[in-house]
Amino acid sequence: MAAPVVPSELARLWEKLRAATPARVGLARAGAAVATRETLAFQAAHARARDAVAARFDADGLAAAMAARGLTPLRLKSRADDLTVYLARPDLGRRLDDASRARIAAAPRGFDLVFVLADGLSAEATTKHAPALIDAALPALVSEGWRVGPIAIVARGRVAIGDEIGSGLEAAMTATLIGERPGLTTPDSLGAYLTWAPHLGRSDADRNCLSNIRPEGLPYAEAARRLVHLCREARRLQLTGVGLKDESEAALDGVGTASPLPREKR
Amino acid sequence: MHSVTIGGTLYRFPDLKTLLAKASPKRSGDALAGVAAESAAERVAAQCALADLPLKVFLSETIIPYEDDDVTRLIVDGVDANALAPVASLTVGELRDWLLSNAATGAALAALSPGLTPEMVAAASKLCRNQDLIAIAAKREVVTRFRDTIGLKGRLSARLQPNHPTDDPRGVLASVVDGLLLGCGDAVIGINPASDSPQRCAELIKLIDDVRLRLDIPTQSCVLTHVTTSIDLIEAGAPVDLVFQSIGGTEATNASFGFTLAHLREAREAALSLNRGTVGDDVMYFETGQGSSLSAGAHHGCDQQTLEARAYAVARAFKPLLVNSVVGFIGPEYLYDGREILRAGLEDHFCGKLLGLPMGCDVCYTNHADADQNDMDSLLLLLAAAGVTYVMGVPGADDVMLNYQSTSFHDVLAARELFGLKPAPEFADWLGRMGLTDAKGRVRPGALPAQMAPLLAGA
Repeated sequence: MAAPVVPSELARLWEKLRAATPARVGLARAGAAVATRETLAFQAAHARARDAVAARFDADGLAAAMAARGLTPLRLKSRADDLTVYLARPDLGRRLDDASRARIAAAPRGFDLVFVLADGLSAEATTKHAPALIDAALPALVSEGWRVGPIAIVARGRVAIGDEIGSGLEAAMTATLIGERPGLTTPDSLGAYLTWAPHLGRSDADRNCLSNIRPEGLPYAEAARRLVHLCREARRLQLTGVGLKDESEAALDGVGTASPLPREKR
Repeated sequence: MHSVTIGGTLYRFPDLKTLLAKASPKRSGDALAGVAAESAAERVAAQCALADLPLKVFLSETIIPYEDDDVTRLIVDGVDANALAPVASLTVGELRDWLLSNAATGAALAALSPGLTPEMVAAASKLCRNQDLIAIAAKREVVTRFRDTIGLKGRLSARLQPNHPTDDPRGVLASVVDGLLLGCGDAVIGINPASDSPQRCAELIKLIDDVRLRLDIPTQSCVLTHVTTSIDLIEAGAPVDLVFQSIGGTEATNASFGFTLAHLREAREAALSLNRGTVGDDVMYFETGQGSSLSAGAHHGCDQQTLEARAYAVARAFKPLLVNSVVGFIGPEYLYDGREILRAGLEDHFCGKLLGLPMGCDVCYTNHADADQNDMDSLLLLLAAAGVTYVMGVPGADDVMLNYQSTSFHDVLAARELFGLKPAPEFADWLGRMGLTDAKGRVRPGALPAQMAPLLAGA
């Protein structure tokens, strides 16, 4: 059997170049195709990403983790009952089901900030990173006198579900922490979306976003620093979205962009 | 009002846009928009009614009012009645039959293009099986030029897409070298910047242009930033080859993308003024994708495939070098799985080619769609059979900046070998000069070409 081909000179070159990019450069070839080991590595990464999308959301564990911190968890659900509906009908993932609306109606109201923790497209990202981000961000907010409401924990939620929750709890603003669409190398990326004066009908242009929050991406401490900064600026300007620019230096390095809109290819 | 009776049931469709939407093959985005057929039987009934519809109706009935939408005006005002004449008396079903017939040669299809509206082409596609979409598109050769000649029969080009999560110059360079060694980049070396800052875009343009000049590559570069940023970069003296813009099929979609048709005219004139092409002056690059109008809340109750075809009417008004749909990027709420992505990719290529565009395809999917690399293999190879102008070359098919999967440099090589396709002629000659092809003309890099070594000296 012929060995997969990477001429030795090129192999040495790729050893050096691979340090410059996470891209899959310099893959061993078999004929025109990618060699077996590299093909299986790709499939393993894709399997991890698919499993992340399909993973069950451990809302109980998250609620217990919040309660252990002395925070009040508020368990909620969107109108998307299963994964298939959730993926095909984003509109249903943006609205609370009837039981959740009743729970909101019965809850105390009137806060400066409400955190909304939703599974989104990677439940793992939310359960793994949201508590650590809250731990890093909360002390600064509390010491500045922010009245922080209950921690809403939402199953099968999309970003905009924070609007219904925030308006129901009469929160001045919401910070929705949600699992981002997994990439092949990032199955557990957390996004944070800040919305001033949340209400039904808010659009993405009305929000600020921090993305790629995870230790290997935008680390907790830096994410928290920028989240708190954006909260302060939002309160000062009484707005979020295109009118609120993240001028912090880290916003320019491409890691964890704080764009008003999550970036898209088009 | 359009109506048809099938199996004793009368189906009614109040207007053309409803008829087109109900006749569209099943996909999640049309269900999300609430415009899809409510049953398989209703869908076929709509297809039957559509098949009997005279093409003349498309000249008198618009799906978005003329006075409300500049894309409609572009379409209506641009119809070349003489070009349409050979098929003007046909119905949509007869048009499909004619397109499949031996009378519809490549030359006949080229002569017909200026007479066709996107809605006519979309309608015909809805009556085609996948095989028909391939067979008809394969007849239509669309050739464009800048520094090389793209779209010739027997050729398959590739955009080299060297994206990097932080636009790191060394990281970008690594992907560019990888792609060149594997015979990709003849359509364009085109990067999506992680940051939209004009300064960053200018740095990336210079980086890629420098590689092109030092290696004397007969290709073009592009940083896929907003059209207004490109205009500013040209004014600032940046070496801009191609102007990029994402476009949609309604005025409101394009407004949501932050541009008007006037911006495209201005940008094209600015790029032409630099006079950087050597074998031609096609300076525009457009990307599209089914579902963008619904995503922007700008679909006017139309189905996503028809609106996608309307985006091609925007493209053809600006004489592009390259046009591709980014077919599976938008996600499962628009195209649910590999099957829907595959169908859409073939439709987009068919409609683009019939309208006279140099149509490529970003054969791709996201990780929340029920699709995998096998689905991409199927679409890539079907598109190669259909004569697709170009596809994407991404290192290992994994875009580490945009977080989706496309086709790899290796996939491009495999498709070329399976179908006996070559890169653009000027680029193929360059590969030979660099010693990157073997005796049989296959791309088999054995060593780093001497010219590339200085480029990587600091790496």
